[in-house]
Amino acid sequence: MSATASRSRRRWSFPWAIRVEPRMAQPRGFGTAVSLGAVLLALLLGGVVLEIVGGNPLRAYGYMLRASFGNFGVISDTLVKATPLILVGLACTVAFRMRLWNIGAEGQFFMGAFGASAVVLAPLVPPDTPAWLTILAMMVAGFAAGAVWGFIPGILKARLNVNEIITTLMLNYIAIAWVNFFIFAVWTEGGFQMSRVFPKTAWLPRLADYAEQFSQLRGITLHLGLLFGLVAAVIIWWVLDRSQWGYEVRLTGDNPRAARYAGIRIALNTVLVMMLSGGLAGLAGMSEISGVVHRLQGAISPGYGFTGIIIAWLAKLNPLAVVPVSILFGALILAGREIQPSGVPKMIQGIVLVCLIASDFLVRNRVVIVRRSPEA
Amino acid sequence: MDLIIILQAGVASGTVLLFATIGEIFAERSGVLNLGVEGMMLIGAMTAISIALVSGNPWLGLLLAMLASALISQIHAVIAIQFRADQVLSGLALNFAAIGLALVFGEGLSKAGALPLLPRFSIPLLAEIPVIGPIFFTNQSVLVYLGFLLTPAAWYYINRTRPGMHLRAIGEFPAAADALGINVALQRHLYVFAGGALAGLAGATISLAVSPGWFSEMTTSGQGWIAIGLVIFAQWDPLRAAFGAYVFGALRRLILDIQGPVMLLGLANPFFYNPYWGFFLQMVPYAFTILFLVIGSREAMRKRVGAPAALGLPYVRGERGL
Repeated sequence: MSATASRSRRRWSFPWAIRVEPRMAQPRGFGTAVSLGAVLLALLLGGVVLEIVGGNPLRAYGYMLRASFGNFGVISDTLVKATPLILVGLACTVAFRMRLWNIGAEGQFFMGAFGASAVVLAPLVPPDTPAWLTILAMMVAGFAAGAVWGFIPGILKARLNVNEIITTLMLNYIAIAWVNFFIFAVWTEGGFQMSRVFPKTAWLPRLADYAEQFSQLRGITLHLGLLFGLVAAVIIWWVLDRSQWGYEVRLTGDNPRAARYAGIRIALNTVLVMMLSGGLAGLAGMSEISGVVHRLQGAISPGYGFTGIIIAWLAKLNPLAVVPVSILFGALILAGREIQPSGVPKMIQGIVLVCLIASDFLVRNRVVIVRRSPEA
Repeated sequence: MDLIIILQAGVASGTVLLFATIGEIFAERSGVLNLGVEGMMLIGAMTAISIALVSGNPWLGLLLAMLASALISQIHAVIAIQFRADQVLSGLALNFAAIGLALVFGEGLSKAGALPLLPRFSIPLLAEIPVIGPIFFTNQSVLVYLGFLLTPAAWYYINRTRPGMHLRAIGEFPAAADALGINVALQRHLYVFAGGALAGLAGATISLAVSPGWFSEMTTSGQGWIAIGLVIFAQWDPLRAAFGAYVFGALRRLILDIQGPVMLLGLANPFFYNPYWGFFLQMVPYAFTILFLVIGSREAMRKRVGAPAALGLPYVRGERGL
């Protein structure tokens, strides 16, 4: 670093120096290797903290591994946890590609869950609607509610240049209070803080539904939402990497000035990207309540929206890479439910992001140790 | 429902936002955006309680809370200043890591026993002034008075002293500051450190004075983010920040207290008879933050004032740019 270099001009100096130079070409797979290294370092640091607070890190990690990949049943549970993560990870990826900092996937997730619930609970469709139509209506409503929650910060950013980081974050708190109002006051079941259970027509099909034909599927909770996530990943990949609109979005993110000179309508795209991002997060909320919870209640997210930020970054904003990374974090969240103290998964996620962003320095720069020449 | 009492409690509650906002103003004025305020406040609140419980001395808790938050802020400082990473992401990373650490180390604190609190007292003479005396100078925590002193001191430091001029220079035009022999990287580290210490002070103000105790993430409940919003509303000016902080403090108290009385302004209190409307009241501070941001952004556009020019940009000597 420059500070070391200037200090060395005086009298005696350490015979070697660390020099940082921009890395011109990367070996194949180098970026992935550095990211993996960062995750391992984060697990190590998390282990040190666990040790300090009196936990047993080795046992905790071993337990996490067994609890999330130990057998067919828990692998299915891991995938169930990964499903909303894929969708919120994609939501963050879309926004971040344009350098729009949507930190509000959590709120958009809640609004999506609210929108989908309204279809059944308001009700927006008659109770005897066939399942496929109910679920389609819930998907549209969930996506739309999330998109509205993305539209607000989008239009404020595009029209008034209001910082979207703060607005999206504030809207998280507003969305959670909004959902709480409905589960406490409007759709409460017998005074409990949850709605009634949705009719079966509003449930996403699960593998366990086919246990009569295939007995080994009994108790397997994997639901159709995973397919939403996989299809969305491919669509978002195509939109961002192959379509003209995706090119505009990426160009605006990488070089807004060039985008403006190229005549790209940045304000319009800001709103559209925020709506797409919010919609994807909303769809995650829909998939979670229609596929897992089957009712609207308060504790439907252990911070999925925030994990989505980390997933998007670990996947290097590549929509297809979001899928495997989400499975990894699904495992962490699943196993973390039973680890004490309860903040451990949050802490590990945070440390992963810290290590990941710090490690990017190694990808962009070469750190070389050089021997100083005597006259320096 | 006595308005004076609400405003008095509002000043105490606003002091939390005041410390956090002024801390962030220092960091941002030096060119470093630190989105980790919420996490640093939580670390401060957690450390303050833990140390105060163990040692029985709230002052020691306060001091170590500031130190802990200041030290953890250096994670962001190193990544943003030395590693030149994106400051938005780095700040978010610090935020998540700090929240996680605070939750892990704070496990079980909510069940801890009686907490030694910081002293409260009235200022002799000043408390006699009608209206202002009871609101600002009667039976307040010592930290509230510290806030009264910090605000003008921060303004004077930034606008009227030589180090303050250097601070503005490294945030507006680091290349020029560098040419004058100012160590840009070191100064930025120091101001992020100071911002962290003030965020820690804000956290300790919650847990040792304003609403004592540990309620995990609800201890701060988004106030760190509101502080970052207030910095923009305040246009990086401590005096405007104080105005915003006390308005928000009063708002928070009003929301808590408005649900209590049966009658409100001579009418039946709708918030008393419909307790679930409280959820809409809960939204008010967050909605107001957005409103304040809109007002601040419009004014900034009209008056052509803006963020420190180098905010969020890493400084590398000899590279083109600012």
